Amino acid sequence: MKTETFYTNSPEETKELGRRVGSSLKRGDVVALLGNLGSGKTVFVQGIAEGLGIKGHVRSPSFTIVNEYHGNIPLYHIDLYRLGNPDELTAIGIEDYFYTDGVTVIEWAETALDLLPPKYILIKFSCTDENIRRIEILSDG
Amino acid sequence: MLILGIESSCDDMAAAVVEDGEIILSNVVSSQDEIHKKYGGIVPELASRRHIETVIPVVEEALVQAGHAIADIDAIGVTQGPGLVGSILVGLSFAKAVAYAMDIPFVGVNHIEAHPMAVFLEERVQGFKGSRVQEKNLQSAIHNPQFPFIALVVSGGHTSLLKFNDFGDYCIIGQTRDDAAGEAFDKVAKLLGLGYPGGAVIDKLAKEGNPSAINFTRPYMQDTLDFSFSGLKTAVLNWIKGQEGSSSMMGNAHPATANLAASFQEAVVDTLVFKSLLACKKSSINNLVISGGVACNSRLRHKLSEAAESEGINLFIPHPKLCTDNGATVAAAAYHKLRNGISSDISLNAYASL
Repeated sequence: MKTETFYTNSPEETKELGRRVGSSLKRGDVVALLGNLGSGKTVFVQGIAEGLGIKGHVRSPSFTIVNEYHGNIPLYHIDLYRLGNPDELTAIGIEDYFYTDGVTVIEWAETALDLLPPKYILIKFSCTDENIRRIEILSDG
Repeated sequence: MLILGIESSCDDMAAAVVEDGEIILSNVVSSQDEIHKKYGGIVPELASRRHIETVIPVVEEALVQAGHAIADIDAIGVTQGPGLVGSILVGLSFAKAVAYAMDIPFVGVNHIEAHPMAVFLEERVQGFKGSRVQEKNLQSAIHNPQFPFIALVVSGGHTSLLKFNDFGDYCIIGQTRDDAAGEAFDKVAKLLGLGYPGGAVIDKLAKEGNPSAINFTRPYMQDTLDFSFSGLKTAVLNWIKGQEGSSSMMGNAHPATANLAASFQEAVVDTLVFKSLLACKKSSINNLVISGGVACNSRLRHKLSEAAESEGINLFIPHPKLCTDNGATVAAAAYHKLRNGISSDISLNAYASL
């Protein structure tokens, strides 16, 4: 498992890092995001979407749970913020998204880790300061 | 024409019987806040499972209250999206089945389009013919808004500005780029340990606080009609972290919490007012309708009324119970579609996003 740690100083820098990650993603990739409210997850996903060639705004899926976008590669943006327990993840069909032709990004992925495919990218977000975000990316290479 | 309206895009299963697109004969909502409180938000699987249990009782209750049998219904309107697909499918499948069995037309309705239809509705319940459901103010207290009008639809899932040229003829001219306004209320309420639903809790607590206590930056973004509330949520978080012993300021017993709630609410309200007036100005339209769950917020109703009056804008705000999700607005939107010869095919599918 390879770990890379980044520090960003603004939402723009967080988005740029997301863009770089997004442009390197392939069909079938699953990205799990961990981190508290306001730690930069949604901004990072907006960057991923740009990296995947998706036009238009990527909104928070806290309400709809899943938003779908169609660029060069489809993006399935999932947000588990409102979900109560792991049983409900299977009930919404979360595993179906992992085996499609798109990229799946999951915010608030804590409860879903046991259901993820064997290989996935884990990204941890934390606030070290009002503006500084620590972003740790763990992947298989 | 009697239309049964069914709405199940989120946490409520709702059904209503509406005559000729404007007279509410019944309007039943199975509010599920009791179930959702303990999870701090909407739980989609729970919602759709509950919807399966509640759809028939809710529709039956709507028919009973309207004093009609299902055989009297001329057509069905049903929410097709956007929202939680699992929840929408319950209402949509039910509507299709009933329409097929009774051999009557049905039509799928966009949830966002339905919300502003609340201003065209009036109630007639148990012999009482109410006035058009509106609050004070407005030059227009007994008239419908004239087309064209601007509509602000603001709720837990949506923050959108629409320009309506006519019934069924509208375009989206602005929307949130990240979080919906109601979502910001919910998330800030959770940060403060205030519980769910966040909008009502913050509205109530804010009445005891000073809205000028903390000057949160208003996300106006002058050059666009789009909204952004994600940064405001983070600003609240940073402010809490900056306080000494921040962990102890959770809950509404703490004196600073009311000021924080009031200041946060003021920033959201100011932004919604600013953008609504900007939309009117940019489009040269002086009729404004607001609807959606956040349109129940007392501070928003108050400040928007003041601002509209000083700008010479005719403001239309539905009664709070028609602002939140309901079947009557869906029936009203369906009525105008059917009058224009639009109905749906049995293959109609639900959709999550616009």
